[in-house]
Amino acid sequence: MTKEKFIYGMYNDDDLMIAGIKQLQAKGIHVRDAYSPFPVHGLEDVLGIKWTRIAIAAFIYGITGLTLAVLAINYMMIIDWPLNIGGKPNFHFYQNVPAFVPIMFEFTVLCAGHGMAITYFFRNMTLPGLPARNPHPRTTDDHFAIEIAAKENTNFSKEQIEEMVAESGTVAVFEKERIVKFL
Amino acid sequence: MVKEAEVRDPLILGKDVTYHSITEDVCRPIESKAGKLWWLVFGISVILAIWGTGMILYTIGRGIGVWGLNNTIDWAWDITNFVWWVGIGHAGTLISAVLLLFRQKWRMAINRSAEAMTIFAVIMAALFPGIHMGRIWLAYFVFPVPNQFGSLWVNFNSPLLWDVFAISTYFSVSFVFWYIGLIPDFATIRDRAKGPIAKKVYSLLSFGWTGNVKAWVRFEEVSLVLAGLATPLVFSVHSIVSMDFATSVIPGWHTTIFPPYFVAGAVFSGFAMVQTLLLVVRKVLHYEHYITFQHIELMNRIITITGSIVGVAYLSELFISWYSGVEYEGYAFLNRATGPYWWSYAIMMTANVVSPQLFWFKKLRTSLLFSFFISIIVNIGMWFERFVIIVTSLHRDYIPSNWSMFHPTFVDIGVYLGTIGIFFVLFFGFTRLFPVLALNELKSILKSSGEAYRDKDTGHH
Repeated sequence: MTKEKFIYGMYNDDDLMIAGIKQLQAKGIHVRDAYSPFPVHGLEDVLGIKWTRIAIAAFIYGITGLTLAVLAINYMMIIDWPLNIGGKPNFHFYQNVPAFVPIMFEFTVLCAGHGMAITYFFRNMTLPGLPARNPHPRTTDDHFAIEIAAKENTNFSKEQIEEMVAESGTVAVFEKERIVKFL
Repeated sequence: MVKEAEVRDPLILGKDVTYHSITEDVCRPIESKAGKLWWLVFGISVILAIWGTGMILYTIGRGIGVWGLNNTIDWAWDITNFVWWVGIGHAGTLISAVLLLFRQKWRMAINRSAEAMTIFAVIMAALFPGIHMGRIWLAYFVFPVPNQFGSLWVNFNSPLLWDVFAISTYFSVSFVFWYIGLIPDFATIRDRAKGPIAKKVYSLLSFGWTGNVKAWVRFEEVSLVLAGLATPLVFSVHSIVSMDFATSVIPGWHTTIFPPYFVAGAVFSGFAMVQTLLLVVRKVLHYEHYITFQHIELMNRIITITGSIVGVAYLSELFISWYSGVEYEGYAFLNRATGPYWWSYAIMMTANVVSPQLFWFKKLRTSLLFSFFISIIVNIGMWFERFVIIVTSLHRDYIPSNWSMFHPTFVDIGVYLGTIGIFFVLFFGFTRLFPVLALNELKSILKSSGEAYRDKDTGHH
């Protein structure tokens, strides 16, 4: 487990945080992250954080689910033990597909949904038993924090950064250590 | 910032609402001690739940003979209750998923409790296919597992198997959707928790949620994709449930109107149950500023729309029963209206067709007492709808010598009341331990749709 120290600035309003970030960026400081109790509109654009590809992952899991369902149903109902059920055609998969569609659909949704959810938990590192890494308990209530790494802003000293952050509309500035890597 | 509250009615009332006051309001029932009223209703639910559990164990121990089923009517209260509970469950998914896709912000005050209702309703529903089998210890037979009977596989053509996959998928995906939404709210409770047990429990429940930008980006995308997946689930699951009847040959069952009829009926009964629950919750927990008259009225409108679809479905059933020229289908409906079960048909028609139409009058659809009364009537009416479909079609089908009547035993009734008890145990537990409103999502609409910010000049943007 690796820990690192970062500089934090706390704001009591989301619009003030966005304005503060823009002010700091204009001065040449790189803000690496922000913590908020709810998703703030436009925050990821201001910080230059890329959008997620988890929806693509969900699609791939869905295709996997569909493939597994088709292969399984084909094996069980057509190849291994075809039965004459109410005279329904059982020589070829395509002949009986309408009856198989509900389960194919449900299994696709099952794999897509759960595959995406598990990926989501691992990517966010939110799993049962893991400790929280937010800098201040009020960032889940009504305050907003920005995170700055001193080693990403080598043109300024730590005191200079803290001073500039304090001038950008914050209610508090502090330094804190947090877990960066679990394994 | 576009302030919707300037054009539309605000969704969060109160002139001095802030992010912090929302946190306080939602966390209050969790952080404070339960009042006498809660203990009273929780106690009654526990008693019903214990009685119902006993009835279920009695059924499993002694066999299905303790129910009122016979050779003619082999599905009665068991499947009526199953479809009733599944139908109720669909409203929660609709509120969370479909209203999210339609960007209806008013869903945020009601989605958490509606989804909780869905989870608990589907658990109750899933009980019935399990216990009505008789030999529930062989329940694993429904899954396509390799076995020593030559590997005897399940029948993928059968709607009964489609049900297994549909209900399991629906339950698990709804649960995941609900839980992912709860995680940031659990984090809020965790960061405020004073007692050591509360801190430990909510730390565990919140999975270490941190609230950084990428996490919220992923949260929003996952919510959107799950909503997109859950929406077709609502339609497919209840269509599949309707196929349990529609793919048979029983007159009164074998009709193509069933899938859309059942789905509309599910949304109809589900919203009625949400109304019943929320009208009480908002009063007791003092959430009138969040679950506003607007929310109640919008839900009543959905009840009217879906109730009308159900009414049209009833009329098309009646028309087709004559127009088809199939004498058995014609008799099935004549019997429903005039035979020995005419009273259940009358209850169904009055409760489901007449009552939602009363909400065309604004005075009635904005009246809290009347909304509560109608929501109960609709719940009862929808139970009777399933009863009418199942029992009246079975009790007199093709061969008159097989015609019979159904009489519920105390076990039938006890199991049903028991599931109502278990449902309320879960729901009342939910209201005390989990955030009933979508805490952090409500904060995200405070500035655009809150009364407090409508008149304030934010000065930004």
